Amino acid sequence: MSQVIEGLYYSKDHEWARVDGDSAYVGITDYARTSLGDIVYCDAEPVGAVVTAGGTLGAVESVKAASDILSPVSGAVTEVNSDLLDNPERLAEDAYENWIVKITLNDASELNALMDAADYEAYCESL
Amino acid sequence: MRTVLYDEHIALGAQMTDFAGWEMPVKYSGILEEHRAVRQGAGLFDVSHMGELYLMGKEAYSYLNKLLTHNMSRLLDGKWAYSPMCYPSGGTVDDVIVYPWREGYLVCVNASNTDKDFEWIKSNAPEGVAVENISASFAQLALQGPDFKAVLEKVDLSAVHLKTPTGYTGERGCELYLAPENAPSLWCALIAAGAVPCGLGARDVLRTEAALPLYGHELSPEISPYEAGLDRFIDFSKQDFIGREALLRQREDNKTRRLTGIVMQGRAIARSGYEVFSPDGEPIGIITSGGVSPSLGRNIALCLLRGDFGGESVLVRIRGKNEPAEITPLPFYKKIR
Repeated sequence: MSQVIEGLYYSKDHEWARVDGDSAYVGITDYARTSLGDIVYCDAEPVGAVVTAGGTLGAVESVKAASDILSPVSGAVTEVNSDLLDNPERLAEDAYENWIVKITLNDASELNALMDAADYEAYCESL
Repeated sequence: MRTVLYDEHIALGAQMTDFAGWEMPVKYSGILEEHRAVRQGAGLFDVSHMGELYLMGKEAYSYLNKLLTHNMSRLLDGKWAYSPMCYPSGGTVDDVIVYPWREGYLVCVNASNTDKDFEWIKSNAPEGVAVENISASFAQLALQGPDFKAVLEKVDLSAVHLKTPTGYTGERGCELYLAPENAPSLWCALIAAGAVPCGLGARDVLRTEAALPLYGHELSPEISPYEAGLDRFIDFSKQDFIGREALLRQREDNKTRRLTGIVMQGRAIARSGYEVFSPDGEPIGIITSGGVSPSLGRNIALCLLRGDFGGESVLVRIRGKNEPAEITPLPFYKKIR
């Protein structure tokens, strides 16, 4: 069973958001990581880029396939985890410690459209 | 369709996928781990989905020389022969391996092409050649890796009809043909003897590193074996084989596309279908296969480029950006032991 962490917000596309003041750290969930298999590439929009909820935030690739990372929230990228981008296989160690970008939250009410841990767990089980 | 080893794959926790209408294992423990097992030890593949055709008759040998581009004289010495098989246009029907077998020849064909190849070979056959599709009588296992002999020695091979020193990974190894009902116990015995089960995911990474063509990517009705760089398997000294004129014209035209190896300079991964440009931004070709190369620690790709492109560097369009790559001689990987 894939790991799901309390206190994070989850999207149907298997991204998570962790609120930090007026920003959020964003990454991909353990479910996404397990489905992809060996992750060999991860990329993200650069600092300063503006993203919309549901818009492309970056890409993650397994050996067999490329997959878009969609932003769960709208905002501007303030930090990129370049250490992770250089070592994408680290996502296999911990999908939640290894955030991909930090985004300023344009509209905190967007978080209401996301799932909490229990809902996300149930959602994954339904897939 | 399922091979006779389907239950074994499920029992091992394989992730399954559709390949040419067959439910086949993509991976068991993980693609990179399985790749490592083949490069450093011994990996085991279920390749029972491949097709087997049987040719016999007085004219069978000369027919094979007409049907296939390579010289078949090796068969007369009891050896196997790999060859492309072409349409009159020079495009590829399939790439096959032929073995002397019983009173005639066994032709092993790609799973995606079994029915097509059977029809093609039957319809072109002259008087004096009988052609049968005997795919249902065979299961096939491929054992690949530097330690394959040590594994093989521990196992009872009495059920094996045919053992060939062939493979699709760039490592030493063998392929074992046997009756389907005997395959599960041989599969289990090989694993117990130390072979690591490997799926199609690892298989694709391995064969790309070895620059081996995959039908549908490097070979197709629109891609000839000449374009695919299989010149050494086209014997122009044979006066008559299907596709000879077309392939000769391709060889004489310096613009004919040629399969080329590239290594990505950055982290971006080139994949099948991505466009390739010269450093000046001129479109010069397309990626046929690409991905990570764990053996090189780089990302590699095979691409079909215009034959008159003389540069050493190219750009690959990946998600709207032009990513640099360097041309490199093939194969990317050569076995170590």
